[in-house]
Amino acid sequence: MSLLSNAAVLLGKELRTEFRSRELLTTTVVFILVIIVLFSFTFDPTSVESRRFAASLLWLAFLFAASLMLQPCFLREQNNDTLSALRLSVTDPFSIFVAKLVANTLFLLLTELLMLPVFSILFNVPVFPVIGQLVLVLFLGSLGVSIAGTALSAISAQARMRELLLPLLLLPLLAPVLVASTQVTVGLLDTTPFMEWKGIGFLVIFDAVFLTALWLFGEYLLEE
Amino acid sequence: MMKHTLGGAAVVLLLLAAAYAAFFIAPTDIKQGLVYRILFLHVSSAWTGLTAFFICFVANLMYVWRRTPRWDWLGISAAEVGLAFTTVVLVTGPIWAHPVWGIWWTWDARLTSTFVLWLLYVSYLLLRTLVEEPDRRALFSALFGIFAFIDVPLVFGSIRWWRTQHPQPIVMGEPGSGLDPTMWSVLRFSWLAMLGLMTLLLLARYRLEAMRGDLEILRREGEAA
Repeated sequence: MSLLSNAAVLLGKELRTEFRSRELLTTTVVFILVIIVLFSFTFDPTSVESRRFAASLLWLAFLFAASLMLQPCFLREQNNDTLSALRLSVTDPFSIFVAKLVANTLFLLLTELLMLPVFSILFNVPVFPVIGQLVLVLFLGSLGVSIAGTALSAISAQARMRELLLPLLLLPLLAPVLVASTQVTVGLLDTTPFMEWKGIGFLVIFDAVFLTALWLFGEYLLEE
Repeated sequence: MMKHTLGGAAVVLLLLAAAYAAFFIAPTDIKQGLVYRILFLHVSSAWTGLTAFFICFVANLMYVWRRTPRWDWLGISAAEVGLAFTTVVLVTGPIWAHPVWGIWWTWDARLTSTFVLWLLYVSYLLLRTLVEEPDRRALFSALFGIFAFIDVPLVFGSIRWWRTQHPQPIVMGEPGSGLDPTMWSVLRFSWLAMLGLMTLLLLARYRLEAMRGDLEILRREGEAA
């Protein structure tokens, strides 16, 4: 399968680039911390009713962070003039997207997992009893964010005001992911935790629909 | 020119007839009284807006496939016209909701998804202003338009499943809900009038965009010479 082997090589490249500098991960972690602290100024985070909002805050913080984290995805190629080389090096341009979206999902998931204990302590929400289910919803949610975000960052990289444009295009598109992931997380962080499988199913559908769209139309996004 | 004037006159007549029907032919609602009559403007605009977005989606697909500027012109025209009708929906909704529900806005499935839809197409128009090169602008906005359109059912589904707690839709709602037959006919007639208006606006906007396209080509030729 040339698609998968190409994607694997490119994924290696993405991971190497990031782990050499760790710029993206460090900045995103700090950014999420800043948001969480800012939230605490706007209301009392330890009160009982704020538990109900904990899941929403968590997902909002992740979503904002993701919209910034996805910026360099294609911009880096653009700035270093490596996009054409990248296109020439693969038989199927979809493998470029696969590599980038897997890398983005991994980065997002990693920052989310790093932030989860901090969030749990600061907002007094126990996350460890439901960690397995939480990882599942974090994974599916981040995958959805990464699929749409990788596609749109290919667009925004070639536009003016790109730093503003990407969140502007991405965030309304991700409304369904935000609704579904928040609903599942609200259930998991409840005093009697439960799993909302409908939400998981919905996230799977969202991911599948956008992955198909990216597979169908992705190559046009990379046209010179 | 004659053709456009005639078309415009026909649409004005249709709209006047629809307004007459909405005010005088449709019976007054027992519970809501006169205020419900805004439904004929509100619902028909909503359907027309969705029709325009669907045209935009088809134009976007055709552009990606064919790459002729005409499909790009149709795409932008349909998006703008759809946005105008959706704005009418978002404005007339609260005007009706305030006396009937007692609030201007509620985060219900239809309202919220219409709002998100509106935001998506505003982003579509903004994207077009931020990409300079015409071919790239056309391609990128077409692709974003496709993504936005397939997102709409997902937005509606997610919000309807988890965030709705209130009034059942009257049109295409549960069994037992429904409109009086005369109201139905008036509503369908209003929609027809609105579709006429949409076509008129779409054609005018398309001609404008076509002229802009030609102008851009001429300007570039002038610069090259």
